[in-house]
Amino acid sequence: MTPAATAEQAAVWHDAEKQRFKVARRSFVSPQILRDEYRTIFDQCWLYLGHESELLKNGDFVTRVVAKRTLLFTRDAQGKVNAFFNACPHRGAQVCRERKGNAKSFQCFYHGWVFGSDGALKSQPASDCYPEDFNADGSANLVAVPCLDSYRGFWFVSFKRDIESLADYLAGAKEWIDVVADQSEAMMTIVGGTQEYQIRANWKLLTENSIDGYHAINTHATYVDYLKNSNGSMSPVPFEGTGYDLGNGHAVIEYRAPWGRPVAQWIPLWGEDGKVELAKVKARLVERFGEARAERIASGNRNLFIFPNLVINDIMAITVRTYFPTAPDAMQVSGWALAPQEESAWARKYRLSNFLEFLGPGGFATPDDVEALEQCQRGFENLLEAPWSDISKGMKKEKVNYDDELQMRAFWTEWQRRTNARAGI
Amino acid sequence: MRTIADVTRDEVEDFLFLEAELLDEWRLKEWLALFTADGCYYVPATDVAPNASPDTSLFYVADDRFRIEQRVERLLKRTAHAEFPRSKTRHLVSNVRIRSRTTDELDVGAAVITHRTKMGLTETYIGSYRNRLVLTSEGLRIREKRCVLDMDGLKPNGRISIIL
Repeated sequence: MTPAATAEQAAVWHDAEKQRFKVARRSFVSPQILRDEYRTIFDQCWLYLGHESELLKNGDFVTRVVAKRTLLFTRDAQGKVNAFFNACPHRGAQVCRERKGNAKSFQCFYHGWVFGSDGALKSQPASDCYPEDFNADGSANLVAVPCLDSYRGFWFVSFKRDIESLADYLAGAKEWIDVVADQSEAMMTIVGGTQEYQIRANWKLLTENSIDGYHAINTHATYVDYLKNSNGSMSPVPFEGTGYDLGNGHAVIEYRAPWGRPVAQWIPLWGEDGKVELAKVKARLVERFGEARAERIASGNRNLFIFPNLVINDIMAITVRTYFPTAPDAMQVSGWALAPQEESAWARKYRLSNFLEFLGPGGFATPDDVEALEQCQRGFENLLEAPWSDISKGMKKEKVNYDDELQMRAFWTEWQRRTNARAGI
Repeated sequence: MRTIADVTRDEVEDFLFLEAELLDEWRLKEWLALFTADGCYYVPATDVAPNASPDTSLFYVADDRFRIEQRVERLLKRTAHAEFPRSKTRHLVSNVRIRSRTTDELDVGAAVITHRTKMGLTETYIGSYRNRLVLTSEGLRIREKRCVLDMDGLKPNGRISIIL
């Protein structure tokens, strides 16, 4: 029934009537497909750069790699947010070599050209050797990224100049970003500290994994054991929820789960004081948004995927995660913790504790995800004889569960539309 | 009775070597017994200060005593998939120094390189220990084990599924 994996066959194949959805494993191993992904996806989409809370004061800067470019993300002296290519217009050296900080200007150490945090050339040694109108056209300033825009504090760049607006691009995902951003009245903030790691697997495996409700019971058996062993770590809430296709390749699962949420699902472990505090957090949400939306914000969990490589998982803590492929079988992952700026020291402590219980390379769950992804990549060595992966779960349903695979099909459908990849060579 | 003032660097070194051996031989319950009842184990993220607090900064690992116990229990199960089959590891501990001592505690520094091999790949974790040790009737015990990585993130490592 599944077609042969030929050069004519699309890499993503489905049969709506028979309820089958398959992805060619060549998609995860082919160097040609990776080159096509950079050309048709990473060079064409809005990509997450950073969060507004990372640039609080004028002069704050962060350097970051986005789709192989090295970018300099700044808040300039006027308070405007900018993103530049971190390369001196003179001979190309990176003008900023620090991860983050605060600076009035950036001096390229190679020949000494100096740039403001707005990217403008301020001085160059021996400027009398250049014509007076040398920078009249701005060509000696740092080069700004073609497009830069933000939504609710999340800043994105696009290397494609004539791209649709960020708001249009985000489509149905905006409403879900709102549910996360609305958790703070001041602003959401990135907590200090980045988890950076490499996974020896194709980047799309992490996309699938980040919005996969199906794997938890098996892959994360020891995490569930841990919750059961911890006295009072669970509230009497069953796992249940739904998956949604948000358009443009974005997708989400929203569900209830028994773990504690600092905004705001109480667990006995947090004691009576914690109960009072969380009740206050919840009551304020009700005042601001009404009972139904407050309940959704406080008690719902969301694994939100924004095409092509941003994950905002609002679960027992909130993680913001982005990842880029460096080879068909390798990706670099950056993960941060996001929190309401105004939350109490008590809540922040439990939030970070919750985060580490599950998330990140030292958690009780993520290392098993990494193992699963790397084992998939190993399994793909057999693709000539075993060429297809199956993403069919829940196709026969009118309303899907959070542990079906609709959200992955949304990603793969958009991926196929953009890459036009083939199942074989 | 011996007090913390009597503890020599040799004793501290032997203690750290014992810990390394227990970890490399996966004798994790014996390793757990090296901690005090209020013991903790930390691995900060690589872009925060070495003495950062896990209450305000994102770490890789921030275990209190209960969570260290749970980590050990997990690593002894078949369902700890990241470590099944388990990795081969080797902790090399060097440059051991007693940096300071109070009336009941030693501040110990050491350099550590840990190799982890699984599925034909070997990964290296480079870092230092900053441990707080106390003296009990059973000998030295760990009140805080802090492994500060001298790395730019975990690259190429994808996980800290072993104990560093």
